[in-house]
Amino acid sequence: MTQKTFGGPVLFLDRDDINTDEIIPAKYLTEVEKQALQPHMLEDLQLDGFSPDAPKVAEARVIVTRGNFGCGSSREHAPWVFEVNGVHTIIAESYARIFRQNMFNGGMLALELPKEKIDQLFDLGRQSEVEIAVDVPNSTLVARNQQGQQLELGFDLSPFDRSLVEAGGWVEFADARY
Amino acid sequence: MGQTTADKIFAAHLRDEPFPGTKVLDLDRVLCHEITTPVAIADLQWRNKDRVFDADKIKAVIDHVTPSKDSKTALQAKMLRDWARRHNIKDFFDVGRNGVCHALFPEKGYIRPGFTAIMGDSHTCTHGAFGAFAAGVGTTDLEVGILKGVCAFRQPETMKINLQGSLPSGVYAKDVILHLISQLGVNGATDQVLEFHGPVVEAMSMDARMTLCNMAIEAGGTCGICQPDAVTVDYLWPYIQDEYQDKEAALTDFARWQADSDAAYSQELTLDVSNLEPQVTYGYKPDCVKPVGEMAGTQVDQIYIGTCTNGRLEDLRQAAAILKQGRIHDRVRGILSPATPDIYAQALKEGIIDTFMQAGFCVTNPTCGACLGMSNGVLAEGEVCASTSNRNFNGRMGKGGMVHLMSPATAAATALKGEITDPRSFQ
Repeated sequence: MTQKTFGGPVLFLDRDDINTDEIIPAKYLTEVEKQALQPHMLEDLQLDGFSPDAPKVAEARVIVTRGNFGCGSSREHAPWVFEVNGVHTIIAESYARIFRQNMFNGGMLALELPKEKIDQLFDLGRQSEVEIAVDVPNSTLVARNQQGQQLELGFDLSPFDRSLVEAGGWVEFADARY
Repeated sequence: MGQTTADKIFAAHLRDEPFPGTKVLDLDRVLCHEITTPVAIADLQWRNKDRVFDADKIKAVIDHVTPSKDSKTALQAKMLRDWARRHNIKDFFDVGRNGVCHALFPEKGYIRPGFTAIMGDSHTCTHGAFGAFAAGVGTTDLEVGILKGVCAFRQPETMKINLQGSLPSGVYAKDVILHLISQLGVNGATDQVLEFHGPVVEAMSMDARMTLCNMAIEAGGTCGICQPDAVTVDYLWPYIQDEYQDKEAALTDFARWQADSDAAYSQELTLDVSNLEPQVTYGYKPDCVKPVGEMAGTQVDQIYIGTCTNGRLEDLRQAAAILKQGRIHDRVRGILSPATPDIYAQALKEGIIDTFMQAGFCVTNPTCGACLGMSNGVLAEGEVCASTSNRNFNGRMGKGGMVHLMSPATAAATALKGEITDPRSFQ
C-alpha cells in the first residue's frame, strides 16, 4: 500500500453520532471486494437535506463532521467505503475508538479538532464550497472557500498514528516490526 | 497506586511499546466470523502471507448469515471454511455446530480470566465478563492478529461502576445496562473500560454478566469487565478441572486479575438498582432509554428474542416463564433464535422450545440473523420490532424499521399483548 493523498473538496455532515450502519448498511457486508462498496457510501445517513446521490458527495475528498463519528459496528467496510470513494481524510470533534483506529490502520487520517475549530470550518462552508489541503508532515491544514476566505489550523497526530499513515497502514507497520 | 483489571492484563501481555502510550499486546485469542474475516484472508493471500500465528489460539465460526442465504454469503462461508482447514484451525464451527460467536466461544471455555482477545466484531466486549480484556477491532487489526498474534491499543482508562442494592423481580441485567448507557451516553465511555463491581454483579450468573458487558460498546466502551470469582470458576470448571487441584485453587489463581482496592479510576459511578424499572429504548440511539411504563402501549409488529446480548439459556427461561401464560397477540409475529446449539438442545430438554412454539413463536437456528438485518427476520419499511438485541440504529433491522431494545421478559410480555408491556404484570 502506498501513501494516500489527503485533501480536496469538503463534505460537511452537521450531526453527532453518525454511525457505521449509516456509513455503510449491514446488507452490503456480504461483499468481499472493497470496490463493490463504492456506490453505497452514506446511503442510510439520516441528515436533513442530505442526499447520498448529490454530486458533491461523489466529489468529496474530505469529510468534516461533529462528535463520536463512526460509532457502532467494528466493520472496516466504513473506512473502506470512504477509501474507494477517494475520501481519505475525516475531520471531526471525536470518534468512536474502533472506527478511528480502522482509519489509521488503513493509512488514512481521522483528525480530531476542538469544537470551536470545527465550528469555524462549518462557518467557512456556509458561504460556499470549501477545499482543504492537508500537510501531514507539518501537522497543518488550510481550508479555503470560493470567496477566498481562508483558515489555517494545526492538528495533533500521535507518533503512532503518524507512523501508520507514513507506513501506509498497520499491516505494513506490524510486518516490519514483529 | 494499585491497578485495575485491564491494567494488570496490559502489563502481563505487553509485547512492545513502539511509542509512549501505544501498547502492543500479545493475544491469547483471535476470534473470527465469516463477515469480517474473509477480507483479511484475501489480503493475506494477496500479500503472499497466508499464515496464522497459532492455530490453537484462533477460533472461527460462521454465525452472521447461516446457513448461507445466497451466493455472496456462501462465498464468505467458504472462504472461512477453506482457510480454517488449510491452517488446521480445529476450533472452527460450521453449520450444525455453529452459534452466535459471543455466546458460543465462552460456552466452549475459550475465554479465561486475564486473557486478551480480539475479534472483528464490536460486541467482543462481551468476553470481559470473565475478567478478560476483549475488544472489537476492524479487519486490519484482525489480519495482523491472525498473522502476528498482536494488537495495538492506547492504554484505556477504567471507569468503575458500582452496582448497589438488589435487582427487583422482573428487572434484569439488560435493564441495568440500558439504564447505565442512558446515563453515560453513546460516547460516555469512549476509550474506557467499564469495570463492574458490587453486590448486584456478584449475584449475577455468567449469562447475566455477559449481557452486561455485551453493551459496553454502546456507551463507546472498549470492554466491559467483571471481576473473576467463584461464579466464573463454576462456569469454566468443566474446561479447567484438569488444570487445578480444586475450585479453590482456580479461584486463587483467577483472583490475581481482580482490581486492586486502591486502583486508579477515571471515574466512579454508583447505581442503586433496587428501584430500577424494566427499561426500553426509543429512537435510534441506544442511550435513548425510558422506563417501560413510559413506552407501554407502543404497538409492535415483530418480537425478536436471541442474539449475543440475550440469546442464552437464562434469557430463554425468563421469556418462557411469561410466554407460558398466554399466546402471542394475533397482530404480531415472534422469532426465537437460541444463541448456540447447546442452548437450543438444553431449551428443548427443559420444554422451553415447546413453550415458545405453543405461544406461537417461530424458532430459528442459532444465528445473528435479524439483529443487523442480514437474514431471518428483516423488517419492512415502517415496521416495529421489540428486540432483545443491542442496537437500535435507524434501518439496522431493515430500512425504515424501528427497533425497541428490551429484556427477554419485556419482549415476552410485549409478544403476548402486541404492544410494549411491563413484564411485571405477568408475575
